[in-house]
Amino acid sequence: MNIVNILEEIEKVDGEVYERLNPRRAAMKSFFNIGKKISLAAMPLALGSMFQKAYGQSSLPSGVADVLNFALALEYLEYHFYNHALLGTDVTFTYPTAAAKTAITTIRDHEKAHVDLLVGALGSSARTPIAYADTDFRAGGTFANVYTDYNTFLAVAQGFEDTGVRAYKGQAANLMAAPGVLQTALQIHSVEARHASHIRQMRTAAGSTVYKPWVSLGASGQANDSGVAAVDAVYAGEDLTVQAGANIVGIGGFSGITKAAAVESFDEPLDKASVVTIANLFLQPGKRL
Amino acid sequence: MFDKAVGRRSFLQYAGAGAAGIALVAAGCSKDRGYDNPTMNGATLDFKDDTGVLNYAYALEQLEAAFYIQVANSNTQFTGTNAAAKKAYFQDIQFHEIAHREFFKAALSTSAIGSLEVDFSSIDFSSEASVLATAMAFEDLGVAAYNGAGPRLKNGTFLLLAGKIVSVEARHAAYVRDMVSNGSFADLNSLTSLGANNSGGLDAALTPDKVLAVASKYIKTKINVINL
Repeated sequence: MNIVNILEEIEKVDGEVYERLNPRRAAMKSFFNIGKKISLAAMPLALGSMFQKAYGQSSLPSGVADVLNFALALEYLEYHFYNHALLGTDVTFTYPTAAAKTAITTIRDHEKAHVDLLVGALGSSARTPIAYADTDFRAGGTFANVYTDYNTFLAVAQGFEDTGVRAYKGQAANLMAAPGVLQTALQIHSVEARHASHIRQMRTAAGSTVYKPWVSLGASGQANDSGVAAVDAVYAGEDLTVQAGANIVGIGGFSGITKAAAVESFDEPLDKASVVTIANLFLQPGKRL
Repeated sequence: MFDKAVGRRSFLQYAGAGAAGIALVAAGCSKDRGYDNPTMNGATLDFKDDTGVLNYAYALEQLEAAFYIQVANSNTQFTGTNAAAKKAYFQDIQFHEIAHREFFKAALSTSAIGSLEVDFSSIDFSSEASVLATAMAFEDLGVAAYNGAGPRLKNGTFLLLAGKIVSVEARHAAYVRDMVSNGSFADLNSLTSLGANNSGGLDAALTPDKVLAVASKYIKTKINVINL
């Protein structure tokens, strides 16, 4: 990781980054001094605190902190969901292959990195941490076997990842006032999409039903292609086929672009209220968003 | 000559990046743009506004679509127990990329750049390994390009549209990566040259000059970049 490259990248979207950093040269100096001593694993936190100092909490454009705290809540949920699947003593399913467990570990580690990054960026504005005890991944019994049945676990995982992709997409425009933050959010957004793609492949590998790596049409032409009716809310509106006024089905005279292909070609955003409703299914009463 | 300090600085930054194969046109020469047929004298991407960013996306989608169309026409023989699934998914991706290309063409209307001429001479379309490696490179580069271009967009509607597409490209990238090596779907350490940061769990993100420097190997048409 090259901090100078990162600053150059930020400068391209935020021409004032050096002006922001200049008055706080002492913070920068101390950052570079510790840079050689700290491990790579600690870098996101260090970076987060540096940007926190550079932008200053009060100078985060209005609404940006709210978006980041919303994202942080989702990342806490995802992190605990996977972390428990790896370490929980009440988890009774076994991973079919070592590769499957490694993949869940990779995803867990990314979600933890996102939590740390967002906490660092928010500083003292960060929301109260969500603990595993605050969660309910059995969703009040809807997914009672989430930690005893591997297929149920993967189905819920797919719901989380596809929701995450939609949630970040839905908030992107609210971060335009802070291009550096938007850049980071976009980089998290596409990692969640990579996770979703892999979880969908894991579901296919674990059973007899094929789940495409991308969101397609459901078997009966419905928006939810996950095969789990309980997560219909996760896919509401994913079957859109008109983009910015252009009908994607058969666009340009290409008959191969069927309704399913048109649906697959564009992922859809989800508004905050809808995401909160989904997230609250997995939080204990009193801990809900 | 340079009427805006920002334009001059951007140009100097760009020139300093040393992007091979991409023609540079100074910001102050923008009065020349638009008078020639873009396919005759190259295509101009003018990053002064969202139209330029969308044309940049259109250029990359043209490249991706052309690649997957040629894969389909070459009847690349996929192997393994999931050979049929691979063939089917490459067909899916082909139609996704055509849909993206045609969408940008329609959305940009008369502001769209012309059709780019591609150069795939470095790809062996009869080889599954060559096709997979190229697909992986294109998809990861596409993700980096959209992520890097997003903050340049001034219109929230366009940003959302780019977001709708980039996550599909990321799904492609993860799938193709898993075909090359299962479990590499989000190997961010292998993407640091494209701007990823594994310790932050952050995907690739590159500025247009760096993306075009990589992509130019596959594009015959001269691409002029101004006001970056």
